[in-house]
Amino acid sequence: MGKTIVEKILSSHSDSDCRAGDIVVASVDYCMAQDGTSKLMIDELDALGFEAPKTKGGMAAVLDHSSPSPSVEVSRIHEEIRRFANGHGVTIHDVGAGVCHQLIPESGTVLPGNLVVGADSHTCTYGALNLCSTGMGSADVAAAAHTGKLWFRVPETHRIRVDGTLGDFTGAKDLILALIGEVGADGATYKSTEFSGDTMTSMSMDGRMTMANMVVEMGAKFGPFPYDEVTSAWYKSIGVATGGGVISDDDAEFEKGIDIDASDIVPKVAAPHRVDNVSDVSDHSDVEIQQAFLGTCTNGRLEDLTVAARILKGRQVNRGVRLIVAPASRRVLIEAVKTGVAETLLSSGAIIIAPGCGPCVGTHAGIPSDGENVVSTANRNFMGRMGNNNGVSIYLASPQTVAASAIRGRITDPREL
Amino acid sequence: MNVMRLEGRAHRFKPNDDINTDYIISGRYKFKISDMNELAKHVMEDISPAFASEVRDGDMIVAGRNFGCGSSREQAPRALKAAGVAAVIAKSYARIFYRNSFNIGLPLVTCDTDWILGGETVSVDFENGVVSGTDSGGSAEFHPLPKTMQVLLEDGGLIPHIKKHGGFSFDE
Repeated sequence: MGKTIVEKILSSHSDSDCRAGDIVVASVDYCMAQDGTSKLMIDELDALGFEAPKTKGGMAAVLDHSSPSPSVEVSRIHEEIRRFANGHGVTIHDVGAGVCHQLIPESGTVLPGNLVVGADSHTCTYGALNLCSTGMGSADVAAAAHTGKLWFRVPETHRIRVDGTLGDFTGAKDLILALIGEVGADGATYKSTEFSGDTMTSMSMDGRMTMANMVVEMGAKFGPFPYDEVTSAWYKSIGVATGGGVISDDDAEFEKGIDIDASDIVPKVAAPHRVDNVSDVSDHSDVEIQQAFLGTCTNGRLEDLTVAARILKGRQVNRGVRLIVAPASRRVLIEAVKTGVAETLLSSGAIIIAPGCGPCVGTHAGIPSDGENVVSTANRNFMGRMGNNNGVSIYLASPQTVAASAIRGRITDPREL
Repeated sequence: MNVMRLEGRAHRFKPNDDINTDYIISGRYKFKISDMNELAKHVMEDISPAFASEVRDGDMIVAGRNFGCGSSREQAPRALKAAGVAAVIAKSYARIFYRNSFNIGLPLVTCDTDWILGGETVSVDFENGVVSGTDSGGSAEFHPLPKTMQVLLEDGGLIPHIKKHGGFSFDE
């Protein structure tokens, strides 16, 4: 019997021949924490007498969730994280560098076949790069940093096959929202998801990261994509030679298979207050919006900014709407400047803020007012998520839908423009 | 911690399913407040503003499916524990919250919960794997905790486990 990607990666990292259901102690290649989770981790590492990361590739601390600091309390936490990083050989990505889940991939520190943990639930994003990567709490990441290892239950795999061509103004975000709507917020709990099919093979790395980012919204632990030409070309573009990757064996055992026809997918939204509350954008055309947000670890990459700019070119953001753009990294912003995307966004009336998480998690940089509606490219629309629980409704959508909605001042199917 | 039996008042919430970690402790507090006793004053605030002032030591949270979904914030189980919550009883849990809870010494019980009344006294018998309620007269069985989780609870959490054994030790 052959093996899935996750069975292969966990076997090679635990010197065992493990299968779904087994519990293994595996060596971890890289770990990271961000400014919202590092404080607890630092306390836990202090209790362990931590000196330097034992994870093979090292460790990163990223100041992105509340950055630049909006308050004295956060400034003190940032300062403590800087001191910790400098004292223990931990790479610091400081204020303005970007979102952890763009910085870790683009810095070339994680590679196909790696096993990675991070104190942030969207650490599953790196699955796009053909590796096993997952979010954990601060104690687990502290344990990985201190010992170089962590225990894992080897998950069963759901194979998700997507074939066909996505329509105009429809992309990776619509596809993953449709899938989450189908299986539900716990449809893949404790599982690994593996995407395949010709839609996936032709999807860009930015699109793959959007998909892998959101597998946790259906409960999944890992979301590895198979290694292919897109993977190797992407690594080449950041100056890294990979030396191959991991794919599932033909006779590997999958717990479940889901088939999707991409040509059936239309622009989608996740309506308040659940990520699996998914319907067509056109069902919400009566919803007026006051804020639109383009950014985050889901949709703040160059391709996302570019498709939004294409819609906004020569048009203006509605007078009743604030369009906030947070590029996923400094590198993304520089590219957006070079390609003219940034100028198009600014000319349309968009507000470009520092690379980072922006207003996604409600600590700063665009907290909505009472009763407002927000259309956002983020990955969560829980009550109070953006920092105000007083009648605020968050609609999750693609960059195209956010751009179209910002122009019209109401939730708008981008195909109408 | 080697708890064989817990008894406490049940708290139920709306929604019942998919109570996420943002609802357990909001992002707008977790970035500002590092003291768990202070954070405990805001637990469940976005779905039940009165909960933090009503909860007493030893009380238990009762929920439906997928409790603790969303963010990886370890502040969620830590703030519940600091608020006095002795255990969570739910039909299922999101995986990061599940690990986090045992890592910091908050026991989770997985069983049918539809029958449990909000406000009633429930008892959890870990030895025999039974949850029962005084007012409803109902009960449900649960499987013994996986070995890994038992070891972590007995050692007082993940960090004490590693200090004690110098690494992971689930075998003996």
